[in-house]
Order: sequence, then structure tokens, then C-alpha cells
Amino acid sequence: MPSDMNKDFEYLEHTADAKFRAYGKSLGEAFENAALAMLNVMVETDSINNSSSVDVELSSPDADALLFDWLSEILFLFEVEEMVFGGVKVNELEISDEGCTLSATLSGEAIDLSVHVFDTEVKAATYNDMKIEQVDDGWMIQATVDT
Amino acid sequence: MSEENESSVYDVLTKVNDNTWEVPGNFKPGMNVPGRIFVSKPLLDLLDNETLVQVANVASLPGIQQYSMAMPDAHLGYGFSIGGVAAFDKDDGVISPGGVGFDINCGVRLIRSDLTEDDVRPKLPELLDALFEAIPSGVGSKSRLRVNDTELDDIFVHGVQWAVKNGYGVKNDLAHCESNGMMRGADPSKVSVKARKRGRPQIGTLGSGNHFLEVQYVDKIYDEEAAEAFGLKEGQITFMIHCGSRGAGHQICTDHLQKLTQASKKYKIPLPDKQLACAPASSEEAQDYFKAMICAANYAWVNRQVIMHWSREVFDDIFKEEHGDLGLDLVYDVAHNVAKLEKHIIDGEEKKVYVHRKGATRAFPAGHPEVPDDYRDIGQPVIIPGSMGTASYVLKGCPAAMELTFGSACHGAGRVMSRKSAKQELRGEEIQKELRSQGIIVRATQPSLIAEEAPEVYKSSSEVVDVVHNLGIATKVARVLPMGVVKG
Repeated sequence: MPSDMNKDFEYLEHTADAKFRAYGKSLGEAFENAALAMLNVMVETDSINNSSSVDVELSSPDADALLFDWLSEILFLFEVEEMVFGGVKVNELEISDEGCTLSATLSGEAIDLSVHVFDTEVKAATYNDMKIEQVDDGWMIQATVDT
Repeated sequence: MSEENESSVYDVLTKVNDNTWEVPGNFKPGMNVPGRIFVSKPLLDLLDNETLVQVANVASLPGIQQYSMAMPDAHLGYGFSIGGVAAFDKDDGVISPGGVGFDINCGVRLIRSDLTEDDVRPKLPELLDALFEAIPSGVGSKSRLRVNDTELDDIFVHGVQWAVKNGYGVKNDLAHCESNGMMRGADPSKVSVKARKRGRPQIGTLGSGNHFLEVQYVDKIYDEEAAEAFGLKEGQITFMIHCGSRGAGHQICTDHLQKLTQASKKYKIPLPDKQLACAPASSEEAQDYFKAMICAANYAWVNRQVIMHWSREVFDDIFKEEHGDLGLDLVYDVAHNVAKLEKHIIDGEEKKVYVHRKGATRAFPAGHPEVPDDYRDIGQPVIIPGSMGTASYVLKGCPAAMELTFGSACHGAGRVMSRKSAKQELRGEEIQKELRSQGIIVRATQPSLIAEEAPEVYKSSSEVVDVVHNLGIATKVARVLPMGVVKG
């Protein structure tokens, strides 16, 4: 499986949905880039002024569930906080057989339709063909989001 | 499509007849039943191997009846393929959120009118501007209608009845919705706080993606008797609404998918794809999902009902003074992402099964008790939207649907090009101009949305409809052509 560790993330071909691979030297960094890959389907994250922040604390039974919860939580916060996020920082990530936890900070600003150019709406994260794999120089995450 | 792909699809499938192809039960290990793909040869050439794998994956779920099916508009999805239909035994089968999708009760409704194309054409730009203004659309769109938690519970349980009681529509609208716009068995206590938060501000919003509101005219009648019963005639203006349960439905699916992922492990159900998470139909986990799914389904019917109500107001504002009563009656509203407990004859015996339709429309024939009284002798209207700028069809459900597809038909044209490729290869402004030259006006929040949904990224709706027509699942009643489209 080819992996391009020079990129933060890349999009793969999928007929109806958005499928991507995200990379990182650490699993935390791969989680950050997976979030950015999903966010960039919706809006160009470079156009966002990361002036305010929201903390995220999650615990899930396994790594796949944590990734699913992570992407789902960002979509939830986007909709109810009416904020766009351009900055993603994973502060702590614990993966163990007893359970997995993540603590992170999302930064962004209130949605302003005169500034933010929205693209495709992401409806939800999915488990479809999800992969979290250790690769030569770090981690690779593959996920598909429903658009 | 590459030759390599074409040959591999044909290597797998066995031809049953011109419009039916079988995925043999030994295609993948673990399949409990074979697969059935209802496509014509030209549509089969557009199908990829991964879609067949998804059909085979569904065939491996416990308690599946007869076949794992794919409708003629089938394409790659997540978990189930889009266009997937599967029925699971009420006692020995499963319920899977992956067989419904995140946009629970995404569906379509068609509204007739007494206006003609000539009445509307001169005022079309004004009409579309007013509709675009009245119906919130786009990513994260919020409504001018805000409901509190008690009202939300009422919506989850009573669906369109809530809407009509609160002035969003008339009593006749109820009978012309599938399940009367109110599936029974909802339990709002199974809906999370998160789903409620997302649901409260979004009733009466289109959302984004392939959702739309379209002003159309009837250009062809195929079946005079059925058209008359549905209130349709040539040259008449209709409008169509395509959307679903918005954030509430997405969150309900997300929450319960997570629970059912754990339940699949608990009940030791082997999953070929994690997105097919499921639990035995009678288990608490599966029933909790089903009760919450019904809440979302009812929410979606209210969403389309409120959008219809506001659209009626816009039509009245612009045309009533000159034309009097506009006859804006609901022809029918169909769900195309839903699971339902239904009775079907299987191997000569009547059985109760959970029919999952993911991107498939119910198509019950004449005489079925769930077909509204005034259509009972005709069959249920089956509404198949085309892609932006192309024809949509009204069909009627026929007896073969009960024999072949658990009373199901296709739901649309079916994507062939990804959104990503569409945006790389097509420009929204140019497509808008091209459609304008054909007399079709498009209003959208972003030009890129027009590129994503351009006519060329979809299969031809007429070819898709011909398959269900030729199989006798649902036969053509009328064709409607677009005049103006409001996109999310």
C-alpha cells in the first residue's frame, strides 16, 4: 500500500462520499490530520481565523470507535456551536485494551457566510473501510465520510 | 469504464434475464443468500466490482431473506450499496443502521398545481428568488421555525399530524404521505440530547448535497388513468422537494451505530464491513435504534411538509391574485432511506420482515392496504427524481414489486462520478449557463454545488426507470421536466 508521508492527508476516489487518508508521525498527529481532511471537504480551513477554541474530551471502547467519535464530535460542534474550525490540536491520546481516550482543542471562529466558502456538506463519519495502521515512519488513518 | 472492470463484473454475475443479474452465493465466503442486481446491460457497464462486494456483504447478515438486492440506480455506498434492499426475518434476522443510512427518511414529495407552464415561465426568475429566500438551504442552514423540546417530542411521535395541527398544511396532506407521514412506534427517549440540539433549529431546511426544490412541468403522460388519479396532466406545473431528516437524523444514526457496533460484538455477529453493524431484530439494542429511527423518519416528513407549506405560500403570493386557487395538492411523499416492519409472501408463506431500503423507494401495488384510498385501484405513486436539469418520473407500484423486490423500486438516477472528480472536471458557472440556455434556472448557495450535482455526474434517469418499468416493478405514469432548481 503506497503511503505518502510528505502529505498531511489525501483524498481517494469514491462515487458518492469523501474518502481520505491522513498521516502523522504520531497517532495524535494522524488524528489531527484526519480531522483537517474532513473539515476541508466542507470549507477551506486556510480561510478561517482561529480566534476562539473549544475543548473536546472523548472516551471510546477501541481505536476505531475513538476515530468515529472524534470525527462525529467535530461535525456536531460545527453544527450546534455554528463555528468553523481551522485548527486542530490533539493534546492527549491514549489507546489501550481497557479503552481509549482523547483530549483535544479545536480552534476557529463563528460562521460568517461573507468570509467562509462552504463546499460539500459532510453528513456523518462512517466505519466504512476504516483503517488505523502503523506505517514505516508513523501512522496512517483511512476513513470515509458521508456527503 | 475500463475494460478490466467490465470483464470482472461480468465474470462474477450470472444473467437471469435482460434486467436481472445474480451474484452467486459463493462469490464471497459467508453469504447466506445470493445477490440480485436489477440492471440493464448499459447500466451494468457502469457498475463497479466494489458495489457487488457490498451486495455480497449484506447477503452475509443473519436472517436475510431470498436475496440481497440492488436497484438499477445502485452504486458504491458505505455498508449497504446505495440502491440496496434487504429483508430480515422479524425473529431470526437483524436490524442494521447501515441499511438505512445517516439521512434517515431522505425522500421526495411531488406537489401538483392548476398552473400551466405558460402561466409560470414569465415569472420564473421571481418565483425561484422567492423560493430561495423562503426555504433555508446550504451547509448548516437554520430555520425561521424554532421548536422546543416538547414540540420536538410531538414531531418525533406524530410526524405530519403535528405539522397539520400547527397550521403547516391541510388534512389531505396526511393520506398522501407514505405511512401517513407518521410511522408508529417512535420513542423519543431513545433520541440523544445531541440529536435534539441539532434537530430543534432545522425543521423546514433543505440542507445541502443532492437535496433540492424543483419547479417542473409535466411533459408526457404514459398512463392516462393513473395520471388522472394522481391529478396530473400534460403542460401542468408541479414542484418537487428532495431532502431528509437533517442533523437530527445524522446524529441518531451516529449514536446508535456506535451502540450497535458494540452490540455486534456482544451477539458475535461476524461483520464483513464495520458499517454493517447490527443486532438481532428483537434485541434491546436493535429495537432502541428502530424506535429512534422512527423519530427521525417522522422528523423528515415534517421537514418536507414545512418546506412544502412555505413553498405554497410563495406560489400563492406570486400567482393567486391572477389565478385564484392554485390547486397545490400533495400528490405523494415517498421515503427512500428507511427500515420498516412489513408483511411479505416468502416461499408461499406470509412473513413479517424488516425491509431495509437504502436509496430505494417503496412501490406497493393496487389493492395494498398501505396505498391511500384514492389511489388504491391504481397503485402507490413512486416518485423518481432525475439529476439536476434532467427528467423526473412518476410511476405506479405494480404486483411484480411484491414478487421480486419486497415492494421496492429505484430512487433516482444514481451517481457515476464522484463529487471530487466533478469539481475538478466541471465548473458550476458553466453548467448554470448551459442549463440557462435550456430554459432551466438554478439558484444555489455555491457554484461548486452545481458542479457536484451536474447532470453528467449521474446515470440517465430514463434508463434507470426503464428497468423497473420493463420488469413490471413500477410502470411509468408521467414524466416531468425541470424549469428551475433551488440547491442547498
